Amino acid sequence: MTESAIHIDDLTVGFGAKTVIDKLSLEVRRHEILGLIGASGGGKTVLLRAVLGLIPKRGGRIEILGLARETDSAQERREIGRRCGAMFQQGALFSSLTVLENLEFPMREYLGGSDRLRREVAIAKLEMVGLSADDAAKFPAELSGGMVKRVALARALALDPDVLLLDEPTSGLDPIAAGDFDQLIRTLRQTLGLSVFLVTHDLDTLNSVCDRVAALFDGKILAVGPLAQVRDVDHPWIKAYFRGARGRAAKL
Amino acid sequence: MTAPKIASVTADGGLRLEASGAWIADNADALQVLLDAAGGAPPAALDVAGVERLDTFGAWALARVQGRPRAALTGVRATQAGLFEAIERLPVVLAPPPARSARFTDALAALGRALVEAGADGIDFAAMLGRLTLTFARAVRHPQAFRLRSIVHHLDRVGVQAVPIMAMMTFLVGAIIAQQGFFHFRRFGAQDYVVDLVAVLILREIGVLLVTIMAAGRSGSAYTAELGSMKVREEIDALSTMGFDAAEFLILPRVLALVIALPALTFIGSISALAGGGVVAWVYAGMSPAIYVARLSEAVSLAHFEIGMIKAPFMALVVGIVAACEGLRVEGSTDSLGARTTSSVVKSIFLAIVLDGLFAIFFAAIGM
Repeated sequence: MTESAIHIDDLTVGFGAKTVIDKLSLEVRRHEILGLIGASGGGKTVLLRAVLGLIPKRGGRIEILGLARETDSAQERREIGRRCGAMFQQGALFSSLTVLENLEFPMREYLGGSDRLRREVAIAKLEMVGLSADDAAKFPAELSGGMVKRVALARALALDPDVLLLDEPTSGLDPIAAGDFDQLIRTLRQTLGLSVFLVTHDLDTLNSVCDRVAALFDGKILAVGPLAQVRDVDHPWIKAYFRGARGRAAKL
Repeated sequence: MTAPKIASVTADGGLRLEASGAWIADNADALQVLLDAAGGAPPAALDVAGVERLDTFGAWALARVQGRPRAALTGVRATQAGLFEAIERLPVVLAPPPARSARFTDALAALGRALVEAGADGIDFAAMLGRLTLTFARAVRHPQAFRLRSIVHHLDRVGVQAVPIMAMMTFLVGAIIAQQGFFHFRRFGAQDYVVDLVAVLILREIGVLLVTIMAAGRSGSAYTAELGSMKVREEIDALSTMGFDAAEFLILPRVLALVIALPALTFIGSISALAGGGVVAWVYAGMSPAIYVARLSEAVSLAHFEIGMIKAPFMALVVGIVAACEGLRVEGSTDSLGARTTSSVVKSIFLAIVLDGLFAIFFAAIGM
């Protein structure tokens, strides 16, 4: 078993004449929670999508759990899909399936067991993210924004993945729900040995959940390390990010 | 990876189960076998000291083994405690979601809903027609409300860009009608009348119908999909909170573009179909183009041409209004968008043919 959950080496991603990610290297270690911060429109989501294999890269290498992202082997691609859970910013729930079916779908494709067992585990996961069984029969269009986030997280966790990629998981949640969410991530990491790569602007999440923080600026990683260390890096953008009124209010 | 196992030990306190191995989702089939086997009396205690790996799937399976009320859990490893606690907090009986049953009465209910919806369709259509008429009347008084730029943009999409496919399709249909005419009329020496057949059929009926059907499939569906996704993404709501009218900005330009484009396309399509008939007459029946044109001018009266052209803007109105109504009915899911686009095309083609029938009766009554 390799030491790193996600290993990014010299990654370059761009669109047309614009280079969004420029020779970026980053490692998410096993069992750690790494938070990625960066300016809006600064390429955080692009980096996450490149790691998920949704955007072609111009150069460099991405490995997930020791498997090359761009592998030609269908079996390895399936393995990555099985071991890697992703939660999109807008939820990306399948709108023609109910909440429960959204969760059962990956489980049915990848796991064995009876329908009943899978259904019970799916409902258990809904309960774990703070939804009730009554919501299970609803369609995504009938859910509120916060509920969509929770269902999306439950679906990302449906296969009990080893690596979890989250794009702004707590945005749009009220502080209580966001706090519960942070607690849930910590519990899951402790029990399942999850490695989490999360993009966030939530300073509380950065403070309470992340083991390390990476700051992305201008297509490169400015600093990686524990929050206290990154916060003290002498760079105008990092200063503005943490010393702003909201940064101070979060008592970092 | 060790397989999950359960061993039973009968101790003084009653039945005690000892779970071991990897209780994880990958072993779901093995877990299922264990659960099926453990269906008997609930144990007094469950020891999980031997569980090497655990995830939520396995933790839930263990909770099932614990039975209800839950048996005491012993030997919980520190790293696994959080997950057991999380599972423990869940209700013992997870309520299944309400079943969606299929019954005979559902079919009746669906039929009833379809009928009610057909009625609502009529009201919707009339409401949209009225809304567009009012918007149009307002725009006549304040010409800047015509959104010329938008009309031109849509005119290019549904008119100019549609010319090649419309011309090609009508050319082929004209050719096919002529070929069939020559083939069958030749048997009783009436091939001279094939030109009459082609000309009257194309100019009065086929030209405008074909172009309408193509416009419904090509442009009506696009209108529905565009308006539908704008509605889902709250773009239409954003427009109305700014105090703008969706009918003025989105619907009227589209419908007007179609009303302008369809007569032009009908004209081009009819000429193209006549050309198709002419080519067949020349190649297949040996009628020279000069004779074909001469016979055409004998066969065609202006009334045939007018009837086809008069119908075109009304057909455009039907396609445009149905497309707009269906687009605004899209809700939430991708299913709904697909269903509405389908019904936009189906309804507008159906209504266009019904309208064509009404026109036929009307023109017969006034002797055209």
